[in-house]
Amino acid sequence: MAQRSADAPVAAEPLLKVRGLDKHFGAVQALTKVDLDLPAGQVTALAGDNGAGKSVLTKCIAGIYQADNGQFFWEGHPVQIHSPREAARLGIETVYQDLALADNLDIVQNMFLGRERVHNGLLDEDDMERAAGKTLSSLRVTTVRSIRQPVASLSGGQRQSVAVAKAVMWNLKLVMLDEPTAALGVVQTKMVLDLVRRLRDRGLAVMMISHNLNDVFEVADRIAVLYLGRMVAQDRTSAMDRQRVVDYMTTGGSSRAGRPANGEATTDGAG
Amino acid sequence: MAQAEAPESAPDPTAAAQAAAVELPPEIVAQSLGDWFRAWIARLRAGESGVLPVIAGIILISVIFTAISPNHVFLSAGNLVNLFQQSAVFMVLAMAEGFALLLGEIDLSVGYVGAVGGVIGVQLVQPTTTRWPWWGAIIAAVLVCGVIGAVQGTLITRVRLSSLIVTLAGLLIFNGVMLILLLLGPFSGYPSLAGDNNNLQILYKLMWGTIDPLVSWIAMAVIVIALGALLWLGDSRRRRSGLVAPPVSLTLLKIALIAVVAVVVVAICNINRANIGTLEGVPWVIPIVLAVLAAWTILLQKTRFGRYVYAIGGNREAARRAGIKVGTIVTWCFALCSLTAGIGGLLYASYLGGMSNNVNGGQLVLYAIASAVIGGTSLFGGRGKVLHGVLGGLVIGGIYNGMYLLGLDVKYQFIVTGLVLLVATTIDALSRRGATGGSAARV
Repeated sequence: MAQRSADAPVAAEPLLKVRGLDKHFGAVQALTKVDLDLPAGQVTALAGDNGAGKSVLTKCIAGIYQADNGQFFWEGHPVQIHSPREAARLGIETVYQDLALADNLDIVQNMFLGRERVHNGLLDEDDMERAAGKTLSSLRVTTVRSIRQPVASLSGGQRQSVAVAKAVMWNLKLVMLDEPTAALGVVQTKMVLDLVRRLRDRGLAVMMISHNLNDVFEVADRIAVLYLGRMVAQDRTSAMDRQRVVDYMTTGGSSRAGRPANGEATTDGAG
Repeated sequence: MAQAEAPESAPDPTAAAQAAAVELPPEIVAQSLGDWFRAWIARLRAGESGVLPVIAGIILISVIFTAISPNHVFLSAGNLVNLFQQSAVFMVLAMAEGFALLLGEIDLSVGYVGAVGGVIGVQLVQPTTTRWPWWGAIIAAVLVCGVIGAVQGTLITRVRLSSLIVTLAGLLIFNGVMLILLLLGPFSGYPSLAGDNNNLQILYKLMWGTIDPLVSWIAMAVIVIALGALLWLGDSRRRRSGLVAPPVSLTLLKIALIAVVAVVVVAICNINRANIGTLEGVPWVIPIVLAVLAAWTILLQKTRFGRYVYAIGGNREAARRAGIKVGTIVTWCFALCSLTAGIGGLLYASYLGGMSNNVNGGQLVLYAIASAVIGGTSLFGGRGKVLHGVLGGLVIGGIYNGMYLLGLDVKYQFIVTGLVLLVATTIDALSRRGATGGSAARV
């Protein structure tokens, strides 16, 4: 396999390897033979224009969509991801653009949604509140007034932080963030990017979908670019620059490349 | 800190900061009773009124009808007990409707499904035909209703039909089924609970039976002490562990409130309310309603199932992504809605002393929805408690009862109830707008 690219400095196998992923909706080919590596302890930014297939790829990994073709390798072993539950069992969590929080529930209830702790058949609220508080403070999400306040009363950055903390509650290894800084102000964006770094420092694999190249270059260790459903570039951030990423996002190729883009080689090799 | 961040997210920084501050439930930010009261007032101003409108409504209705009813009879012991009994049907049907409303769905069939349950119960205990024991008839009636609800729920979740249409069809279908069931047996459509037979008597007593005054005092004391102890121990354990808990004074206030309401209700019921002879004691229907209230409150507030119901009502997609089996939960809710409607139907049959084709399930369902919404349950899903149905049922029952005392025709009753429903939904819509106004700016 012509796999000689981004993860070269990391000797170990990437946490999740995606190979040859195809997905179509009716006549629309959303993803074509997509390869992606998500190594532990690194932030991989997934860039691409609208309609490039970023969300579809994320949802395939999260088990919401079933890929038509392709393989997943989790810690080197082939795995199937047929449902969000199976993804969760592997340790994959997704923080969606619309945050997937229920406004009418409070922070603790949202963080434990779908995985409530029960004691004698009844909810163990005290235990859940303690655990949620511990996770929030370990991520230094300390700006909320009370963890019993409804999510409806939180600011955008706080909501994003709660959504991330909800993902971190569980024994997870890979967290995918869908546009985590969209619609956030400067201060809150910084708060969320700090949170992303803290996740990486915990040794998690982080995939961050973002349009915002400032954010991408600020936190990402690796950058992968999708163009019309194809993975056109995948490399370390240090090997990329803004103009090349923009070229890949808008045209699928870059004339500025000093050397052939590794990502293209990866795609061809797998294809 | 919330204030510090708010300007990032909303066009008007001060408004956002205020919104973030006032939307918090007073229990979780208050350190003392004074704090709690101030937070409560702030929330009230923001439109998050909770049970206040319904309490105000109950007081308003009591004052008006006491003032204008003949001999101020509205607040007499006899009439108040009568009012509890009339309201009980609305309360139980409103608790039933709550299962659908919490999901953001609606069930228009509760009236006639309940009526079908009532007819089944009355027909099965008839000593000249089926001769079922009272408990068998009750179980059969409630189970049949539950199955009806499960079928409606399955159509809504698996075939993805709108709950409005499915239950509207249910309203018609079960109106017909009720009429068919009424004609079975030799009673020419009017099966009655009159007679010496024990099974008939017990069904009749669901509404009209009374508990011995001494027994009701003892039972009340046991319940209040148990409830108070649970509240006190729970809150103080949370306070000790440093978890979010209301101040001590608020816990004590709640316990005192429960005790006062319990004592007043039992005292009223234990006054002799007969013109001649003796008629006293708490009617059976009060513990029956309380049992339904307790069971469904525990289910919705203390179990995973309940948590999922609220999550689906708040954000169905979030619930689905959290791995909740949304279809299964929704189907169960419609089953429980109809099952509870069956209990309401049995109480109604008992109230009427039998069943007849005069039972208007279409009107009952409107009263049920009105009771739930007046009590504070949102039509948009995710907000509301079982208790709200009970309080709202008391308002509707109060209007019904008061207008009856005034000798006003049923046509005015319809108009007044309709107006009250409009007021309640307006409050619901306005508070909803007030609550999302802030967060809409943030998304």
